[in-house]
Amino acid sequence: MANGRAMAIEIDVEKRLGGRVIAARFAAGPGLTALFGPSGAGKTSILNMVAGLLRPDRGHIRIGDRTLFGEGVDLPPEARRIGYVFQDGRLFPHRRVRANLTYGHALADPGDRWMSLDEATAFLGIGPLLDRWPRSLSGGEAQRVAIGRALLAGPEILLMDEPLSSLDAARRGDIMTVIERIRDELKLPILYVSHDRTEVDRLATAVVPIGE
Amino acid sequence: MLSPQEWSIVALSLKVGGAAVLATLPLAFALAWALARYRFPGRVLLDGLVHLPLVLPPVVTGWLLLLAFGPAGPLGRWLADAFGVTLMFRWTGAALAAAIMALPLMVRAMRLSIEGIDRRLEGAARTLGAGRWHAFRTVSLPLALPGVLAALVLGFARSIGEFGATITFVSNIPGETRTLPLAIYSALQVPGAEAMATRLALLSVALSLAALILSEALVRRTHGERARHGD
Repeated sequence: MANGRAMAIEIDVEKRLGGRVIAARFAAGPGLTALFGPSGAGKTSILNMVAGLLRPDRGHIRIGDRTLFGEGVDLPPEARRIGYVFQDGRLFPHRRVRANLTYGHALADPGDRWMSLDEATAFLGIGPLLDRWPRSLSGGEAQRVAIGRALLAGPEILLMDEPLSSLDAARRGDIMTVIERIRDELKLPILYVSHDRTEVDRLATAVVPIGE
Repeated sequence: MLSPQEWSIVALSLKVGGAAVLATLPLAFALAWALARYRFPGRVLLDGLVHLPLVLPPVVTGWLLLLAFGPAGPLGRWLADAFGVTLMFRWTGAALAAAIMALPLMVRAMRLSIEGIDRRLEGAARTLGAGRWHAFRTVSLPLALPGVLAALVLGFARSIGEFGATITFVSNIPGETRTLPLAIYSALQVPGAEAMATRLALLSVALSLAALILSEALVRRTHGERARHGD
């Protein structure tokens, strides 16, 4: 189980990027918070700032009582305990599925892990894929492995950047079911970026509009 | 097929080439990494200096080495005083000349493969709990490996073919600095040694061709990875 207690996520960031200003200010509770807006509104940049891959010009990012950024704090990505599922999966091409899954698991503090490799493979139905190479996976399979890799690192929240965009309609339904189960069974708070109304209507507990 | 004397020439060439590329590898990798990843003042100048041996007449490189590492040269005197080491007229000097001539090729091969790495994979590793160094070791370095191997092979081939800088810097001493090309040159100066020259020349062709094919295959593998994984 991810988290017994409800964890408040507080985000207030601003960043000038290529001549325009990306700003967001919102609080997110348990469940799935959708950052909803048109393509190019800076939604991915906001996730990157939360993950520590992009440094905000000002603001703060807090999860529960931990400050990730602001007030002189700027934790590196590896210290943030944030799982990130990228749009393109971004699996390590030189490691088999099993080694992709265990990458973050092995690095996590044993006390921070809340899922075992067996639990994750059962949860995602990826047992038969363990010895495959990432380049041999379909889009839906790769995205399941990417989700498993993020969960196994023992994150406190999960960031998902348009995880369905590279999938066909049938696979989309499958992965949406997985996301609902992460939300409801694992009770892991999720920040979810999308520009698709139907996805957001089905998955979101709360919606934060980004851009106009 | 080869006489004992010819075998010793081949062995010396392999020793010189091997020492040259192995000793140069860390520096070449650092240069390739810096040139591929960072923008810094003097980058263009550094790039030029690295590539200089590729276009400079080798005899000039050899002469510059002589000035720097000769008994009166600043580096030569320092090596002699501090470590009692002298490179002139020694096989180690031949290895140094070969290393300098091989450096541009090694940097180029590794730089290409470093530029081919999807940097976002390093970001993914960081979010999974890897520090910078761990991400480098477990993601960037393995993905750059085909380029590193290509650099070793290509640099080695260049090293065992080195002539101009070597003969200028360390002369042509049998058993010490007379590598394959120098031996071929010497054999051509002596009437009746054409057969030996031919055998050594054929051996040179075979070694160089094998190295080129191998390094090309390795570089192609790197680019294949790149194409398959986007960006």
